[in-house]
Amino acid sequence: MSTSSPDGINAPPPPLSLLAELTHRCPLQCVYCSNPLELEKRGVELETADWQRVFEQAAALGILQVHFSGGEPMARPDLPVLVAHATRLGLYTNLITSGVMMDARSLDALAQAGLDHVQLSFQDVDVEAAERIGGLRGAQARKLEAARLLAAEGMPLTVNFVVHRQNHARVPEMLALGHRLGAGRVEIAHTQYHGWAFVNRAALLPDRAQFDAVTGAVRVGREQYLDSLTIDYVTPDYYADQPKPCMGGWAQRFLNVTPSGHALPCHAAESIPGMVFPSVRDSSLQEIWTSAPAFLRFRGTDWMPEPCRSCAMKEIDWGGCRCQALAITGDAAATDPVCARSPMHDRIAAILAERPAEAPATLHYRRYGSSVGREAELTTP
Amino acid sequence: MIDETNIPRFSRGVRLQHDGVRDQWVVLAPERAFIPDQTATEVLRLIDGTSSIGQIIDGLAGRFNAPREVIAGDVLGMIQDLSSRRVLRCDSMGTPA
Repeated sequence: MSTSSPDGINAPPPPLSLLAELTHRCPLQCVYCSNPLELEKRGVELETADWQRVFEQAAALGILQVHFSGGEPMARPDLPVLVAHATRLGLYTNLITSGVMMDARSLDALAQAGLDHVQLSFQDVDVEAAERIGGLRGAQARKLEAARLLAAEGMPLTVNFVVHRQNHARVPEMLALGHRLGAGRVEIAHTQYHGWAFVNRAALLPDRAQFDAVTGAVRVGREQYLDSLTIDYVTPDYYADQPKPCMGGWAQRFLNVTPSGHALPCHAAESIPGMVFPSVRDSSLQEIWTSAPAFLRFRGTDWMPEPCRSCAMKEIDWGGCRCQALAITGDAAATDPVCARSPMHDRIAAILAERPAEAPATLHYRRYGSSVGREAELTTP
Repeated sequence: MIDETNIPRFSRGVRLQHDGVRDQWVVLAPERAFIPDQTATEVLRLIDGTSSIGQIIDGLAGRFNAPREVIAGDVLGMIQDLSSRRVLRCDSMGTPA
């Protein structure tokens, strides 16, 4: 969908999507989880009525799609109530799930509530490798059962695989599995190195040849499954010279609400120090979207340093990713160092050069109270 | 190939909806949304799961000052395209939904 650049601070175009992170609780512990390192606990989570109010404000603001996410959103018993409420408001409802908590009864409740689409994640096609990344024994069988139930229900399904150096060779089998499960779409997404994935980068980052092989497998798959499968491919930033338009631009299309009610322009924004993010407990989404300082901070192009400021691409990539700029240059307001024009672009080359030839055996699992550097408890094969 | 006897309907997970905030019609679909142009909107609004393509063409021919064969070509081409992208699916007349 097209968006225009903001007319000005007082009239930003309305957002299109809401990522509703209902909870950070999850039976899985994926080593590349996009949740922050500091996970929010059950006690601080928004109540059902809070989320219902958020959805009402979202619809009034112009949001069209709600992505129910987490953690594992099915860990919230009120999920069907929330889906039904969003459906009544005309919002398109998408469930982003690991599938490990799904059974016939819970799926039926969601379908009855009007759920439009499910995105089901798999960590790999190889059971041992998948469960090593996800940190949950028995997860693969439960995911396959979830996929079977979804197909039987006729639920529109996207199957998602995050790819990295430990599973890069199995992309053809991933596409075949998605096809066999009856998915309409398969997403092959390279790991994005933020949060937990940043901590585990040495164990995940593919080399150039591995990256090229994944890209080639996707190209072949698109021809092979031309009429039956849409394949979305998310490329890895570190092998690019042009940054991605992260979130379609800061606070331009997308709004994220955390389990405790913080409103963010992107799910990783809380990694940026010194920023105060408003709460949906205190302010409406309309107020937040139009005037919260955290949303204005990097919206549009006024905040940009050189070389972005005079760049012809500035309203295409919007300066790239603020969290990546912070993680690699130490300054969230810097040009995304993925960009070949960034004065810090050589740091990406340095990261690739430092990549160990052997993946480290230790993985840092996403879990509560896991301070970075603590040894993994799951034994490695 | 589809013909005028086919009955188009939206694939499950896809719908046409009026966006009141932006005052425009929008197609909502898995992982995406798009704004149909004015011609496409006129066609999509007539897709109700019971009307055949021929009936949709007749409806448009009655409202717009253009030869029926011109409208038919546009409508068939558009429905063919959206079916190949799995936005729509087409059943033959008499096929159960």
